[in-house]
Amino acid sequence: MGVGMTAAAAGTPEARASHEARPAHPLQRRRRPGEALIQGFLAFCGVISIFTTLGIVFVLGRESLLFFSKPEVTLAEFLLTTHWQPAVGEFGIWPLVSATVLTSLMAMLVALPLGLAVAIYLSEYASARARNLLKPIMEVLAGIPTVVYGYFALTFMTPTLRTIFGANVVEIYNTASAGLVMGILILPLVSSMSEDALSAVPRSLREAAYGLGATRLEVALKIVLPAALSGLAAAVIVAISRAIGETMIVAIAAGAGPNFTLNPFKAAETMTGHIVRISGGDLSYDSLDYDSLFAIGMLLFLMTLGLNLISQRVVRRFREVYE
Amino acid sequence: MFANHQPIVPATIPAPNGEYAIEAQGLSVFYGGFRAVKDIALKVRTRKITAFIGPSGCGKSTLLRAFNRMNELIPTAHAAGAVLYHGQDIYAPDVDPVEVRRRIGMVFQKANPFPKTIYENVAWGATINGYRGNMAELVEQSLRQTALWDEVKDKLQQSALALSGGQQQRLCIARAIAVKPDIILMDEPASALDPIATLKIEELMRELAQNYTIIIVTHNMQQAARASDFTAFLLMDSDRAGTLIEYGPTRQIFTRPTDQRTEDYITGRFG
Amino acid sequence: MSAETNGPLGGAEQTFDAGLPQRKRVAVAWHTLFLASTIIGVIALTALLYTVINQSFGLVAVQNRIEPASLAVDGVPLAQLTQEQYVAILQANLSPGVFRRYDSEQPFTERSRENLYALVLERVVQPRYVKTWPLIAAFFDRAAIETEVARDFPGAKLVFRSWVTPDFLRSPQASAPELAGVRTAILGSLWTILITILTALPIGVGAAIYLEEYARASWATRLIRTNITNLAGVPSIIYGMLGLAIFVRGAEALTSGAAFGLADPTTANGRTILSAGLTLALLILPLLIINAQEAIRAVPRSLRQASYGLGATQWQTIWRHVLPSALPGILTGTILAISRAIGETAPLVVIGASTFIVVDPNGPFAKFTTLPIQIYQWTSRPQPQFRNLAAAAILVLLALLLTMNTSAVLLRNRYSRRA
Repeated sequence: MGVGMTAAAAGTPEARASHEARPAHPLQRRRRPGEALIQGFLAFCGVISIFTTLGIVFVLGRESLLFFSKPEVTLAEFLLTTHWQPAVGEFGIWPLVSATVLTSLMAMLVALPLGLAVAIYLSEYASARARNLLKPIMEVLAGIPTVVYGYFALTFMTPTLRTIFGANVVEIYNTASAGLVMGILILPLVSSMSEDALSAVPRSLREAAYGLGATRLEVALKIVLPAALSGLAAAVIVAISRAIGETMIVAIAAGAGPNFTLNPFKAAETMTGHIVRISGGDLSYDSLDYDSLFAIGMLLFLMTLGLNLISQRVVRRFREVYE
Repeated sequence: MFANHQPIVPATIPAPNGEYAIEAQGLSVFYGGFRAVKDIALKVRTRKITAFIGPSGCGKSTLLRAFNRMNELIPTAHAAGAVLYHGQDIYAPDVDPVEVRRRIGMVFQKANPFPKTIYENVAWGATINGYRGNMAELVEQSLRQTALWDEVKDKLQQSALALSGGQQQRLCIARAIAVKPDIILMDEPASALDPIATLKIEELMRELAQNYTIIIVTHNMQQAARASDFTAFLLMDSDRAGTLIEYGPTRQIFTRPTDQRTEDYITGRFG
Repeated sequence: MSAETNGPLGGAEQTFDAGLPQRKRVAVAWHTLFLASTIIGVIALTALLYTVINQSFGLVAVQNRIEPASLAVDGVPLAQLTQEQYVAILQANLSPGVFRRYDSEQPFTERSRENLYALVLERVVQPRYVKTWPLIAAFFDRAAIETEVARDFPGAKLVFRSWVTPDFLRSPQASAPELAGVRTAILGSLWTILITILTALPIGVGAAIYLEEYARASWATRLIRTNITNLAGVPSIIYGMLGLAIFVRGAEALTSGAAFGLADPTTANGRTILSAGLTLALLILPLLIINAQEAIRAVPRSLRQASYGLGATQWQTIWRHVLPSALPGILTGTILAISRAIGETAPLVVIGASTFIVVDPNGPFAKFTTLPIQIYQWTSRPQPQFRNLAAAAILVLLALLLTMNTSAVLLRNRYSRRA
């Protein structure tokens, strides 16, 4: 917008006036080195984000290549075996992936139904007063640092689970506790994105349904929800991506040590938890351990990037329907 | 929401052989503290087309929406007075607005088909209301009544959003009559349409009036003069609340209005 | 169309079975479900705060190595003795080597009475927390706790204690939970955030101005926009790995301060406040740019047109009109981004926050720890006393965040009132 404006207000007449052959006149284009310098700086700021992405890809890519070029490890072993024990040269990613999937799944079990229900309540049922009270609570939940959630998982959720299911069933570190708390962490994200999608459904559709004798529930579930479907799908995808990348809760509560298990009451280490634990210790550059972290990081980056790209595509399609 | 409402009409409803389909008595509608419509008394004749006219902001849409409790979807809105439907006040505490809206349907200013197929749009209201007959027949019948059948019969499973504006509006009318209402409220149904589509809607209204009571809000005086049997003229009073100035047979309102303000408005001497 | 089927009412009532009572029951059930879910969200927040507060206060059983009463001189209690008497006690109870070390740090003759008293408590009395109980237990199980203490820890004294105290804020980290505090962590957080603001704010606002005011609709601009959205979704730990490879390792000479001759001699590597601040800056940059873009976009076009109409250049228009109008929005967004950065833990662990430092950080080239790192460390310790410390540190962190978010909300409200 601003650009078009300038072209009309200043650019075009000046452009016409800047023919070299013409003699100097009051409207002649003036050099403004300061402006050009500033514009250059601003463009540089804009490009830094590109450098960041390139930096991520370069760093993760280079170290991953170093990792896979070592004689101790092959890509096939990395992707196909189920033991991750760097000390004895075993680098099968599956224990870490399975723990990530397990915690994310637990988180989704909590965050998706609750988040969606909260969104429907806030957008279709709540009075303005209830909304003004509840939305800040959700914002507070969203603003609490993840390390605090980790503490909560370890000192509240784990003892609670151990009380319910028995201390001999539930280990002190377990993926269920981490996953459930992660679900609470992600709940506000799901509810706010879903609520945005629901409130974007035009009022006229709700009125049409009410006009046909529909109850509030029928309007919400049979008209608004289907109409907002792709927006909701985008929320789900972003939530999954967030769960996969979440680190501190699993680092604190899920356990230290890769463990290929699907039992949510057993300790297991996720991809992110492993990166944090290993890099928190004494790590020498260019060691196999160091490089292996970047290989895990690369996989993590690709997974979340893929999910985010899909969600953006879904959102764009949603916009096309209503705008 | 949790209150257990009783249906407003007994299981067997007397056939609408009465002279009047619905009647407002001392009806006022408020938005918060603001009174948008004031002390309306009005009897709407059965199986006739009644038009509400008046300048913008005179409360004619608000009045229309008070006839099926549509205003209640705005949190701050409430009504005072009574709207009698078959002798029952629809604002009585034990009346369920859902029951009201099933019997008093609505067509909106801008066509608002659901983002579903044409078939689903027509069938939707009947489905949620537990229609027991043959749904395909009901859909065809409703689409025929709105003269849309021949245009869409080959693409019933396509999205309703692909239809033209005029077709969408006729689909919305088909959708409204599929639940077999008693009265159809139309809120400027043709204001977003081109003249040809508008004409089609007016013909359709005339057709429907053989079986339904129709109340229409319109900006367009020619439309009211052409298409309605009765006309109510509303105007804002000094508190900016809409009041009923004059109500009578359309021909009389447009040729021999009794009120000077009505005459000023229909002759275009009015803002 | 036959009149019979179209009969508005007679036919309708027979062909419809609206089943409204049943529909209403379903509706009530679902409504309850939606409400219950919302309440669960509220309960989760309550449980979280409850856990933290429950652990931040409570009873401790204190066992002294030497009872203060036994150190009383001629009936005068320990707290009221003179400087000379404190020195005498220290001399009597400390090994000569330790005693000399304290004297050489600061001669006893020059020390204040309070300082000597504190030293006596720390080195001679040596209170130890042998066991702790959380707040709720302290209220409801007091009697049981008292019997337990009398049985298991004879000689221990039961004291109610708040783990958040002025001393907790003032003391550096320590290996004994009785003495540990968050001073180094708070200073580390503040230093890190300072670096983050100084780098991220100008770059973020600059990028937003470029994208909103200068950039033409080209594939390059679209690429930048998509890229920023994607960066906002990259897990924070990935930024930590980027920071580790680029700032800590790649630019070690700069981030350690060696290039300027300012390196901290005890570490002299890139795991410094500067690296941490820059990493967090990269992390919040996408968020900051997106917020600033929205603030700039909200400035009415008419303002720009008025300025151009008076013959202002593009930069004059932006600097004198657009930015001042967008400033409250930009600041609000910045505060929110900064509070995200303050709570970040994972990337700082990855770039190598120190696990244990007792010296105050003194500049960008110092090694560092931050409040969330401190919480993480304490939470990971097995001794229960550290749980209490972690809870207290969480309260401090939440208070800090609450202050920032409140100011953001106030700013936003003031802004929206004016607009």
